Amino acid sequence: MGSSRPIHWAPSSSDRDRSRALSVMGISDVFELYRDVPHNLILDEPPRVGFGKILSEWELRLTVEKFLSKNTVYIDPPPFLGGGWCPHLVPALVDYIISRPEFLTAYTPYQAEINQGLMQALFEYQSLIADLVELDVVNASMYDGSTAVAEAFLMALRVTKRRKILVPEHMHPEYRRVVETWLYGKNALLVPVKYDEHTGRVSLDDLESKIDNETAAVYVENPSFLGSIEEDVEAMADAAHKKGALFIVKFEPISLGLLKPPGRYGADIAVAEGQPLGSGLNYGGPGLGIFAVRWDRKLVRQMPGRIIGLTRDAEGRRAFAMILQTREQHIRREKATSNITTNEALMAVAAAVYLTLLGGRGLRDLAQSIWLRSHYLAKRLSEVGVKAPVFESEFFKEFTARFPKQYKAIHVELKKRGILGGLSLDRYWPEKSNECLFCVTELHSMKHIDKLVEAISEVIKQ
Amino acid sequence: MSASKKEWRQARWSEPLVYEIGDPQKTGVILPYLDELPKLAERVGARPQGKVFREDTPDLPGLSEVETARHFNRLAQMSYGVDVGPVPLGSCTMKYNPKIFEEIVRDPRIKFLHPLQDEDTVQGLLEMLYLLERWLAELTGMDRCSLQVPAGAAGELAGALMIKKYHADHGEERDEMLVPDSAHGTNPASAAMAGFKVVRIPTSSRGTIDLDALISVVGPRTAGLMLTNPSTLGIFEDKILEVAKYIHDSGGLLYYDGANLNGIMGIVRPGDMGFDIVHLNIHKTFAAPHGGGGPGAGVVCAKGDLVDYLPRPLIERDDNRYFWNYSCDKCIGSMRIFYGNIVPLIKGFLYIASLGGKGLREVAIQSVINTNYFITLIKNAKGYELPYDPSKPRKHEVVISAKPLLNETGVSAGDVAKALLDHGLHAPTMYFPLIVDEALMIEFTESEPLETIEEYANTLKKIAEQAYTNPGKVKEAPTSTSVRRVDDVYANHPKTVTPTYRVYLKRLRGEIK
Repeated sequence: MGSSRPIHWAPSSSDRDRSRALSVMGISDVFELYRDVPHNLILDEPPRVGFGKILSEWELRLTVEKFLSKNTVYIDPPPFLGGGWCPHLVPALVDYIISRPEFLTAYTPYQAEINQGLMQALFEYQSLIADLVELDVVNASMYDGSTAVAEAFLMALRVTKRRKILVPEHMHPEYRRVVETWLYGKNALLVPVKYDEHTGRVSLDDLESKIDNETAAVYVENPSFLGSIEEDVEAMADAAHKKGALFIVKFEPISLGLLKPPGRYGADIAVAEGQPLGSGLNYGGPGLGIFAVRWDRKLVRQMPGRIIGLTRDAEGRRAFAMILQTREQHIRREKATSNITTNEALMAVAAAVYLTLLGGRGLRDLAQSIWLRSHYLAKRLSEVGVKAPVFESEFFKEFTARFPKQYKAIHVELKKRGILGGLSLDRYWPEKSNECLFCVTELHSMKHIDKLVEAISEVIKQ
Repeated sequence: MSASKKEWRQARWSEPLVYEIGDPQKTGVILPYLDELPKLAERVGARPQGKVFREDTPDLPGLSEVETARHFNRLAQMSYGVDVGPVPLGSCTMKYNPKIFEEIVRDPRIKFLHPLQDEDTVQGLLEMLYLLERWLAELTGMDRCSLQVPAGAAGELAGALMIKKYHADHGEERDEMLVPDSAHGTNPASAAMAGFKVVRIPTSSRGTIDLDALISVVGPRTAGLMLTNPSTLGIFEDKILEVAKYIHDSGGLLYYDGANLNGIMGIVRPGDMGFDIVHLNIHKTFAAPHGGGGPGAGVVCAKGDLVDYLPRPLIERDDNRYFWNYSCDKCIGSMRIFYGNIVPLIKGFLYIASLGGKGLREVAIQSVINTNYFITLIKNAKGYELPYDPSKPRKHEVVISAKPLLNETGVSAGDVAKALLDHGLHAPTMYFPLIVDEALMIEFTESEPLETIEEYANTLKKIAEQAYTNPGKVKEAPTSTSVRRVDDVYANHPKTVTPTYRVYLKRLRGEIK
């Protein structure tokens, strides 16, 4: 037991320190500390995990290299893939700030006085998001966009004590699966609302015909999963409110540089995936679940998640505290509004740094740049015989394209040319095998886009 | 002259809010390919217009890069993590976070991977995740694990939903979830989210689950038991095999909350204790950082028939090709999009890879030595007591009570916590578990050297001494942190509660009363 040197990151595990500790405790064998554990449960030998020995940093690096060398990275051009998770610029300062040990290695700020800086950063995150969406209350934070939607639905069930939620039938399929999972225990009913075949937008007629006195919420994605920007959002909000239902909007944060914010058109709850705001790709995680709510006692009391508020200290100076904690699990246990505790706080700090670096003007410029680039790709594609966009409606960074043949085969050819193309829609809808969803962002230069279009043009002629 | 810890001072910047120094016209980023914009506009030949677009610029304050760096660095200096000093928050397992992991996860071959890119382009990453899954199954004594859940509480919800669906599929109506009164608050909250009625099981005077009380409530409506072992008191449930038998005999299932695994990792396995479903916290036990509240990574594991119920996708191998298996006959679905919080998961992989089974076992033993070493130093200290059978060794953590101190001096556990901050030491978890009055729940983990534990015990004694001589002084703490004691009443009062700057301005303008 033990060895002359301490093991990694356990500074007092050397024989010398251990025998000192044991003699102070008055025991001779460390296994005396496990004397209350039934003997037959104790493993005879250590579990067979890892690589059979303790690795130094250098050996770890070389071991990992063997794995990482099998991955292919697409940077030039960046992926044209989205699905609600697109490549965006992450300014170096964002990663630098969230690597600061006082943020990175902190716990939830349960001791307010020693963690004011972290709390101020989270308060600033909440405030910046509130001004972005034009709703007054924001939490910090949910796990990702999909669980933010799930929590919004659960909240709507609690607030209205009803069980029906209207969702677009072309809702993000991965979000839909997550939401159905989270609602499994709640006897809720998701009612799909049709979309217009031409515009790809939610059919207001169908929505109005399906909403009734049992409806807890109307949910829309703006833009939709397939890219269409909704136009009748105010009418949808009215329809929901007339029946006493909540209006829940999922938005794309950068798009609000150009689009009207959900708070301006009647959203009661606005949710989003915050990944575009400085989180990076990271093979899909971590993300950042953005969750904002209209200022209404009835709503705020039912909000999930942690909220930082402004207050004062014993000397009357400005200070920050966790607020409305009586909603949370560590106080309310089974009566809590959610079980969430660990969240995505560091990514919320990243979003605060990111938004501060951009500022309002920068966000507008960014959104404009993305809009132009995605429209440039759509235009170029339609010049080479691809229908793009498929829907006749406004779009922001993602849009669908229809090819004269199966997209999957085209995708393979693009990959051979070092291009990671769009998302084949047969992943979710087998009948849409000729279609894909592209995402274009500020990272795609005209050259990148031209390269993609030229490759596609070549491939579809084959 | 050597510096004394008594002189510890935190930065006090009075840093303004970004709103008070920023300007929407200012920016700290030069966007890529800006020179292309005129040409793009010409080629596209249209611009965003119509009723969905806004005319105005978002009212968000901007700063230059250097100002942004200073603003957030100052905020960092008014914060505190494991790299600054010990954070012995019980049940939070605040280990040191190895820096090599931070370097590796920033490799472009992890950072720049898109979650939907073709599986043949991410085989190396998938192989790492595959090994991680095998290792975690081995450590817990389970058959399979889903890496999908983003945090421990989400793992609990997944587990509760699996239990619900399992019983429903077997045509049974079991609507009661048993949860000990010493459990983490997330357990009852997760059970309630899954639609269960929560039945509370008391703790016996030995500090373990009250077996008689358990037997009296177990029955045909029992869906399962959610349990941490060791408990939040740091005490191992020595009757765990009997507990498991009673639950299983009645048709219920056992769920293991992995938050307290650190002291037994590699020594005892939940699967061998009789648990059917286990969640693990990669950000606790496997040294991924907590990030001021997240991101974490939860993993939920199961054995036997319950594997079918795990959230999808699962990582699998077929002739040396790694892939995500979405097939789902009975599974509960997905807990989030894609595959999980990859960055912390990779840190968990690196941690297990670095230490191996033998190293992990040493980690567990050292964490238990640290707990019991601390108990030896503090157990006869005036003002504190060790509730529940003091003769029992604790595991990953210990709960002491400041009840004598409160009764004799008026100084509470909360006051002690604030006084610790003035010594540059983070406070323990306080007032938890709820079954201990004036609780201070302390978990040093293996990361703290004996010297730090001695300093911590000595400081607790010093604070108690001061409480007996000058209690008013202790109640003034903290004075060395960036602010003095924070006013929670003002923070939460309906007339003053201010969750955003937007609300702050509305209050100033009298638009919200």
